[in-house]
Amino acid sequence: MGEKVLMKGNEVIGEAAIRAGCRYYFGYPITPQTEIAHYMAKKMPEAGGVFLQAESEIAAINMVYGAASTGARVMTSSSSPGMSLKQEGISYASCAQLPAVIVNIVRCGPGLGGILPGQCDYFQAVKGGGHGDYKMVVIAPSSVQELYELTVEAFNIADKYRILVMIMGDGILGQMMEPVEFKDKEEIITVEKNWAVTGTQMKREHNVITSISTDPEVMERWNLTLQEKYALITENEPKVESFNCENADIIVTAFGSVARIVKSVIPMAQKEGIKVGLIRPITLWPFPESEFQKYADVPKAFLDVEMNAGQMLEDVKMALNGKNEVHFHGRMGGMVPNQQDILNKIKEILKNK
Amino acid sequence: MATVFKRPHALKEISMHYCPGCTHGIIHRLIAEVIDELEVEGTTIGVASVGCTYCNYEYFNFDMVQAPHGRAPAVATGVKRTSPDKVVYTYQGDGDLAAIGTAEIIHAAARGEKITTIFVNNAIYGMTSGQMAPTTLLNQITTTTPRGRSAELNGFPIKVCEMLSTLEGATFIERVSTHDIKNIVNAKKAIKKAFQVQIAKKGFSMVEVLSTCPTNWGLNPEESLKWLQDNMIPHYPLGNFKGKDLEV
Repeated sequence: MGEKVLMKGNEVIGEAAIRAGCRYYFGYPITPQTEIAHYMAKKMPEAGGVFLQAESEIAAINMVYGAASTGARVMTSSSSPGMSLKQEGISYASCAQLPAVIVNIVRCGPGLGGILPGQCDYFQAVKGGGHGDYKMVVIAPSSVQELYELTVEAFNIADKYRILVMIMGDGILGQMMEPVEFKDKEEIITVEKNWAVTGTQMKREHNVITSISTDPEVMERWNLTLQEKYALITENEPKVESFNCENADIIVTAFGSVARIVKSVIPMAQKEGIKVGLIRPITLWPFPESEFQKYADVPKAFLDVEMNAGQMLEDVKMALNGKNEVHFHGRMGGMVPNQQDILNKIKEILKNK
Repeated sequence: MATVFKRPHALKEISMHYCPGCTHGIIHRLIAEVIDELEVEGTTIGVASVGCTYCNYEYFNFDMVQAPHGRAPAVATGVKRTSPDKVVYTYQGDGDLAAIGTAEIIHAAARGEKITTIFVNNAIYGMTSGQMAPTTLLNQITTTTPRGRSAELNGFPIKVCEMLSTLEGATFIERVSTHDIKNIVNAKKAIKKAFQVQIAKKGFSMVEVLSTCPTNWGLNPEESLKWLQDNMIPHYPLGNFKGKDLEV
């Protein structure tokens, strides 16, 4: 490992992108992610790249669409209300199979909501906020170190599968400062992009980036191609962290910054003689179902904790497929679940077991 | 025997899907001729938009990207910023450019984005079957203005060239027409100049091409050309608005 520095989560995302070979960033200001844009505005020109402040999130995602069409590594970032505006472009880029990285530093909603953290965009990110049968790889880091490592990896996954990859953090993660250790050299995969629009140079047939066919048979085959790709990603790319799950009395599930709060509940519960396990999905899509199936019969119950009204909850229930009961504890509106409340909920669930 | 007329190389040998009498085919050909003459086919990246020309990438031999509705200038911006040595243009209709994509075109022009926009104005939505466009004339009957466009209810048609000419980043703006041979020749000159302005890295260039929609106007092709001349040109005066003397 190389240099260790204290940095803000949002800035680390910018640094990671540049280290991953991203030289194009298009974005529009919105709290609590704007430091990504500040960082890119400062650093991109130094790296020989382009930072461009777009007139809207809609324009920004379409600039990403154009840049990705040429085969460039490109990124945009926003926060919840801005991410809603990007959904059109996300659907188009998904159909056109364009690789790019999109960052959502989630704030509380719905509506303008507030600038405080939330995890309430899970459905939008994982289930498809735009129209049509498409998927994005959605990655939920839980530390600044992970923001760095997983952002670099996001660019590799995007190129490998020709897919959009979302880094989904929240206001806590974006704003917090933590030590981060950068590698001396990044592992960057190189993929031949013979589909890209780079000019024919009069040497090949023209390339076209599009998302439409009026022939239903063509459009269905196109959809099936997408589904085959998604099946491959579901097989290859789920990431999960499990902790303390063997012989656990209860397994708590949480992602992102909330998983860290849950981790700190584990020793508190241990003092009271309760063994708490944690399953932390790192990829929210593909969802690490097999990890849930592996431990389905171990605890007396599962508890899902989120900063929303229960969104990942549906995937946890589907993964367990009725094999165990799943309880929920959530906070909304920018309120963050606290350790004592989680512990009380655990005790309440186990009281009747 | 000397060849006096042939298909431009940049244009594929495929019959187009446009309605009889529609002038999109002419405008496509003009673009292809210009690209041939400037010898930039191998370095051109076109951006198609949404509307009747959504799939015009099928008709050209150079690389193309199909953009979401109204977003072609933003897509072209992304293409151009990664590929500053390429010739990048958008082809957009009046609904695409002057309604849903108003923000994108204004800001691409304001940034002086080094792209060219071919803006085809036929005062109506073609693809979705004849609804009011932002450029529909007052009293013009469309499927969503069955009693004619009313200023009270629908406001006024937008003059895009006049509006964009106020922006410093827009360096070449011209309005041309396709209603007769003389004007088609002028249209080609303007399109060529617009591309040359881009190649000379002099900023944003746009040519507004007045065009017909016989199907949705409910007129035959010949009547349509006359309707354009008699009704559109008085409201949308032809000529150069900016950059006439720009050295390229």
